[in-house]
Amino acid sequence: MGAAEKGLDMASSKVSVLIPRTAGTNCDRELAWAFEQAGAAVSTVHINRLMDNPGELDHHQILALAGGFSYGDDIASGKIFANQLIHHLKRPLEQWVADGKLIIGICNGFQILVKAGLLPGPMPQLPSGDLFTGTLTHNSHARFEDRWVRLQSYSGVCKWIAPGKTVRLPIAHGEGRFMVRSAGILDALKHNDQIVLRYVDTAGNPAAQFPENPNGSTDAIAGICDVTGRVFGLMPHPERFTETYLGPDWTRNRSESTADGSELFANAVHFVRQSGTVLVASNDAAATAAAAG
Amino acid sequence: MAVFRVEIHPRNPADDPSGAALMNEIHQLGISGVEQVRTARLFLIQGTIDSTDALSTLQVQRIADELLADPVTEKAVLGTADSHDGKVVEVHLKPGVMDPVAASTEMAIADLLGSPRNSARLPAQVRTGRQYILRGSLDEKAAAELADRLLANDSIEEIHFAPFCPAQFPAGREYEFKRIEAPICNLSADELARLSRRGHLFLDTAEMQAIQDYFRRQGREPTDVELETLAQTWSEHCVHKTLKARIRFTHHPAQTGNCGHEHHAPGDHAETIDNLVKSTIFRATSELNLDWTLSVFKDNAGVIALDDRHAVCMKVETHNRPSAIEPYGGAATGIGGCIRDVIGTGGGAKPFAATDIFCFADPQTPLDKVPAGVIHPRRTAQRVVAGVRDYGNRMGIPTVNGAVYFDQRYIGNPLVFCGAVGILPRHLAAKGAAKPGDRIILVGGRTGRDGIHGATFSSDVITDKHGDEFSHAVQIGNAITEKKMLDVILQARDMPEGPLFNAITDCGAGGLSSAIGEMGEKTGAVVELDRAPLKYQGLTYAEIWISEAQERMILAVDPAKVPALLNLAAMEDVEAVDIGEFDGLGRLTLHYQGHTVADLDMAFVHDGLPRPTRTAVWQEPVLADPVLPPLQDYAAVLESLFAMPSLAAKHWIIRQYDHEVQGATVIKPLVGPQQDGPSDAAVLRPVPDSSRGVALAVGCQPLFGDIDPYQMALNGLDEALRNVVCVGGDPALTAVLDNFCWPKCSDPMHLGALVRACQACYDGAMAFRTPFISGKDSLSNEFITDTGRRICIPYTLLISAISIVPDIRRCITMDAKAAGNHLIIVGNTARELGGSFYWHSRGHTGRSVPKVDLASAPGVHAAVAALISRGLVASAHDLSEGGLAVAVTEMLFAGRLGATVDLAAVPCTEDADSDEVLLFAESATRYILEVTPEHFDAVVKSLRGHRFGLLGQITAKPHLVIRSAHAGFLMDEPVERFRLAWMSPLNW
Repeated sequence: MGAAEKGLDMASSKVSVLIPRTAGTNCDRELAWAFEQAGAAVSTVHINRLMDNPGELDHHQILALAGGFSYGDDIASGKIFANQLIHHLKRPLEQWVADGKLIIGICNGFQILVKAGLLPGPMPQLPSGDLFTGTLTHNSHARFEDRWVRLQSYSGVCKWIAPGKTVRLPIAHGEGRFMVRSAGILDALKHNDQIVLRYVDTAGNPAAQFPENPNGSTDAIAGICDVTGRVFGLMPHPERFTETYLGPDWTRNRSESTADGSELFANAVHFVRQSGTVLVASNDAAATAAAAG
Repeated sequence: MAVFRVEIHPRNPADDPSGAALMNEIHQLGISGVEQVRTARLFLIQGTIDSTDALSTLQVQRIADELLADPVTEKAVLGTADSHDGKVVEVHLKPGVMDPVAASTEMAIADLLGSPRNSARLPAQVRTGRQYILRGSLDEKAAAELADRLLANDSIEEIHFAPFCPAQFPAGREYEFKRIEAPICNLSADELARLSRRGHLFLDTAEMQAIQDYFRRQGREPTDVELETLAQTWSEHCVHKTLKARIRFTHHPAQTGNCGHEHHAPGDHAETIDNLVKSTIFRATSELNLDWTLSVFKDNAGVIALDDRHAVCMKVETHNRPSAIEPYGGAATGIGGCIRDVIGTGGGAKPFAATDIFCFADPQTPLDKVPAGVIHPRRTAQRVVAGVRDYGNRMGIPTVNGAVYFDQRYIGNPLVFCGAVGILPRHLAAKGAAKPGDRIILVGGRTGRDGIHGATFSSDVITDKHGDEFSHAVQIGNAITEKKMLDVILQARDMPEGPLFNAITDCGAGGLSSAIGEMGEKTGAVVELDRAPLKYQGLTYAEIWISEAQERMILAVDPAKVPALLNLAAMEDVEAVDIGEFDGLGRLTLHYQGHTVADLDMAFVHDGLPRPTRTAVWQEPVLADPVLPPLQDYAAVLESLFAMPSLAAKHWIIRQYDHEVQGATVIKPLVGPQQDGPSDAAVLRPVPDSSRGVALAVGCQPLFGDIDPYQMALNGLDEALRNVVCVGGDPALTAVLDNFCWPKCSDPMHLGALVRACQACYDGAMAFRTPFISGKDSLSNEFITDTGRRICIPYTLLISAISIVPDIRRCITMDAKAAGNHLIIVGNTARELGGSFYWHSRGHTGRSVPKVDLASAPGVHAAVAALISRGLVASAHDLSEGGLAVAVTEMLFAGRLGATVDLAAVPCTEDADSDEVLLFAESATRYILEVTPEHFDAVVKSLRGHRFGLLGQITAKPHLVIRSAHAGFLMDEPVERFRLAWMSPLNW
């Protein structure tokens, strides 16, 4: 497909989301529904098909890794799925990011992105290839926890949510405690504006204590992005709060219409629409490079 | 082929959450001598057989660093870490026990080492274990005791007190076929009974004689697998002999009069009941004949209509025995099996909710009061919760509703009820039928030796030795295998050209034997047992046939569609194998490597079970109400009620379940501004673009059963109905499910109590017009201690309600909403403290059990539901355990508000006008409604004709102020006091 055709495609058709699923993925349907409500078209594809045919990635602009327990979270959460990405899809995914396309990982999806080295991802402060600088590990209290949390957004580079917003979303995980290898990594994350969401208390301050910080995350971090702001991972579930009736206490505020999660999906679809030309140019470059190679 | 050992340790030994959590448990159980626990994960890795690709140390180091250890928080050690400054305890799974982590790791190692994808041979075999380093003053014996109590379960795991690394993994022994006969034709009655016990068949002598007669007529002896097949099919677990039995029932009535509206009025008479369940529970459903009940008592789950296009189905199972022996595996496979029942309902359903209800002994029971052979109730509770959590969460099914009851009589027989709810296209609601010529396709997990004799073992009394004798009955689940299988089945169901299968059922108790036996009842079946994929070699044909290995289902598939189905399964990494045919010959024929090992007449398998007449007697117990000194400090009593474990907050459990996965949970189990109020019911909206919902709730009153099993059952039904009504369920579109857990019913008294409870189910279902759609019983819950003491559980009937919510936007929750709103109590309070938690807390049972007035109760439920559906109610809460005082306090602390309450306004019978009765009686069919001033007149007008009273008003100051006509003033207390008392007991 030539660049011109692709450009036409972008203008006339819906933004296309790819949700890879595998054994134990279990939030894929509500995630698809959330993107569909935001006006996107969604394909849910088994990871086996994607490993058989990585070219499938070319048809989409947003890659969304859903929550669940991929492969039972055996060994560690997201680890085996991440291992598959590293050993079977490393290059296509690097190309995806280079092409300016978007990635979101929610809960298990975030764990997968972190364990595959896609988040925090390459940082200018580090030697290239030094990718495994953060992790998501067992909650401090060593239990799975389902709880609504208050979050604040901070990052100016993240394409998924603007800074300065306060949102409420549910978490549901046993391994959501974000940790980094060293204080230097945390400084780099701050410096690069990669810290997107923090758990906050009612006063809006980053929360150190349970239950406001539900898992003991370093610096109350609930979500981070890569240096481009296009790859984003978070432990809370925005796809579970895309309309009022899914909120935690809507029976108390019947006149208010809230759905704090919807905005993330709308932002992503909007970003892809706005940056269509960028995408096409980038695709074109990639196609040229591939042809030359 | 050396075995490599890899230890994974926390990089920072001080940051070891699982070690810290374990330390907390050690303290809580009162075990001394341990100062610190360190934990490590263990992987044993062995290259596969071929020495040319044996693993190198370098490769194992890479596996350890890149795959097994977290790069930030952990470090890997090959071999054994040098210094252990403490006692080493290692726990390794026994050979043959399901190890999901090992299987996943083997696959990941193949990816890491660059093995070709889809290669049949994996480069390494893996086994996993856990290491604990116990530091402190404990000696060898104490460490062994601790390991036994807290670290391992010897029914599935082995304990080592030094680092363990075998020279090589045990290889399974190859099985050499040998057809085994079990001669019975010439045995005496005594010998038959002995054979039944020795072979773990649990058949009585009459049943054994029926089998003997059959084979005498055939002129041959049975094979072992034929005998096993009949034992499975005829087990109490599979065929519910007791509930279907002919019963000679005698009722010795009490001296006093009974509720006038009771259809089954007791008299001093005897009657013969031909089939207990058919003449009570089924009968109500059949007489009600409601057009929205689509499939009842025919399938794995009951099915009702959701809307024109969709149906919902529900099943509730018990998994008590396996949970007593191995609480984690037992509970996990309980929920797993129940989910499979739902998947295998009608033409296949998608599970969208789960429920869990537990009965345990007091978690504070001192260690030395726990009988031999019994796991400490706190440990049981924790492991049961973990089992439900890990299975439900991994399957992605929200666990949204449940309850926990505590009574010391559950110590040897903890009860674990698991419910699952599914959605399916309405036109697929009916159970499918296998057609002659259909292939038998086995889908899902592999067959192993796990779970052998589960069905028969669950049909007898448990003893302190059961853990040893029946550890093979323990099944361990793998939720991901089941999730993959579900993904395949839903796709096979939803093919554009129609479903790929004609019928579906799960392999539950009895394994292939009961699944294929049931599905082939009308057609007959021939099965090639050697085709079943095995977890390891060495299984006999009989073991393959009766194994209860989890995560397996049977599909009946048209031969022309078999390739499409097998291909679909292969695409999703799910095993599906053609193992035979529903051949239309009316026989059950089993082959192994070309040999016929069983050949039974299907009609005898299903209809050959003799129906003896059983004796049941109900003698109403002689009880009296206690006379207690007048209460002085009402607030202290109320606080003590909230601290009783049965009433205390269950947030520690609820929050470990993902109750919002699938994004459909509209009313959650915890409600209010801080999400800590105890919701009466959960509401889900299974179709995202529809406003129709499903409310789920339970009712259960084991304490009332000590006084009157009839009223216990009615109260349970009424409570379940109140709960769904409170959130917006429509009582006219509510179905119920029954789960009886009883002591052994060969005791006529226990069977008499069961008859009374069943009669109440009929009377209640008819009066409320709530059909029973599914049920399951567990009727031998007794424990015999090593000293010979017999402990019978209380009569426990769980009623689960599933109710259609016409419009989820009208749903309400129980948390108080705003100061200035009115509180209205609906329903009548009587002098009924019998079986109440108030009396129970003071050591009494009493006699005056609450009686459900079946004449007025249906109207009260309908009136409250109508008010809620009109949007006139701000919050509603049902009055149950702890009575009015507990209910109103819960509403207030859930909403962070207060109230002034006047007991003089509570409608009551003349003899009920004492403050204790008004506050703590648990009379049935009562609600508290919160109503805004704006809607107050409309509500009052609509309630005319029902008993109700203006209880009080919500205040901004979060205090509970209670006045009464007798005492004038009873209390003025911050509601936070009660909330704290309620939150802490089970805050583990």
